[in-house]
Amino acid sequence: MARMKFLCDAERCIECNGCVTACKQEHEVPWGVNRRRVVTLNDGLPGEKSISVACMHCSDAPCMAVCPVDCFYKTAEGVVLHDKDLCIGCGYCFYACPFGAPQFPQDGAFGLRGKMDKCTFCAGGPEEDNSAAEFKKYGRNRLAEGKLPACAEMCSTKALLGGDGDVVADIYRNRVLKRGKGSEVWGWGTAYGKPEKSATPPTGAKS
Amino acid sequence: MKRILIAGLAGSLVLLAACGEQSQVTVYKQGQYQGKPDKRPWDNAQFKGDKVAWENAIRARSGNQNEYARASN
Repeated sequence: MARMKFLCDAERCIECNGCVTACKQEHEVPWGVNRRRVVTLNDGLPGEKSISVACMHCSDAPCMAVCPVDCFYKTAEGVVLHDKDLCIGCGYCFYACPFGAPQFPQDGAFGLRGKMDKCTFCAGGPEEDNSAAEFKKYGRNRLAEGKLPACAEMCSTKALLGGDGDVVADIYRNRVLKRGKGSEVWGWGTAYGKPEKSATPPTGAKS
Repeated sequence: MKRILIAGLAGSLVLLAACGEQSQVTVYKQGQYQGKPDKRPWDNAQFKGDKVAWENAIRARSGNQNEYARASN
């Protein structure tokens, strides 16, 4: 099995916030903390595009690199998790994250910045699987139940895909091919731009 | 006399009990995860350590996200 990944299809996302609601409900996330949110570009204009954003469980996660107390770890399935018992709530991970995934509860008399909270890919944390302690700190551990993240499974248009990166990529590739669009939407051209025409065609035999 | 001696020894043990306090200063190892260990998702009562069964469950769920495949079933 490859790494667990999310993929959001901007062509399909209808900004319903079902993923946000599913996440909130599944993990009983406190007020003010949004593990997942929907971002819309050109909101209100024709051709607006929305995308659901949360922790992307980076292969080389910057949050892990900057954490002064090294409370982050990556599971063998590629899920980036952290130990809340160790987190000091400094906020370095928030500054480092390009997606704004780390969240900090700001309740209390002095607006204290509590321990960091973020998307766990519904994989809980370093507590006994599906225990009360795990649920309280990290939310439900769906992965240990053989289930995928609630946000992806609840997505009504299946814009948000989650799971094994290879499977997710296959689903998306197949979808794009069925749509009848080519490399302008997905593939080499999207990733690396159009191939440049070289001024002089290559000559000579291959070595 | 013996009782006083025993009481005295017991009292001194109680007083010295606080001397066994552990150091509360955390020593960090640079660049290594310092938290508690986590178990694999298949190491639980449901999957009983069966990685293949867990992978099959995840694969089946992943497949359900592909409505093109679901429609043809």
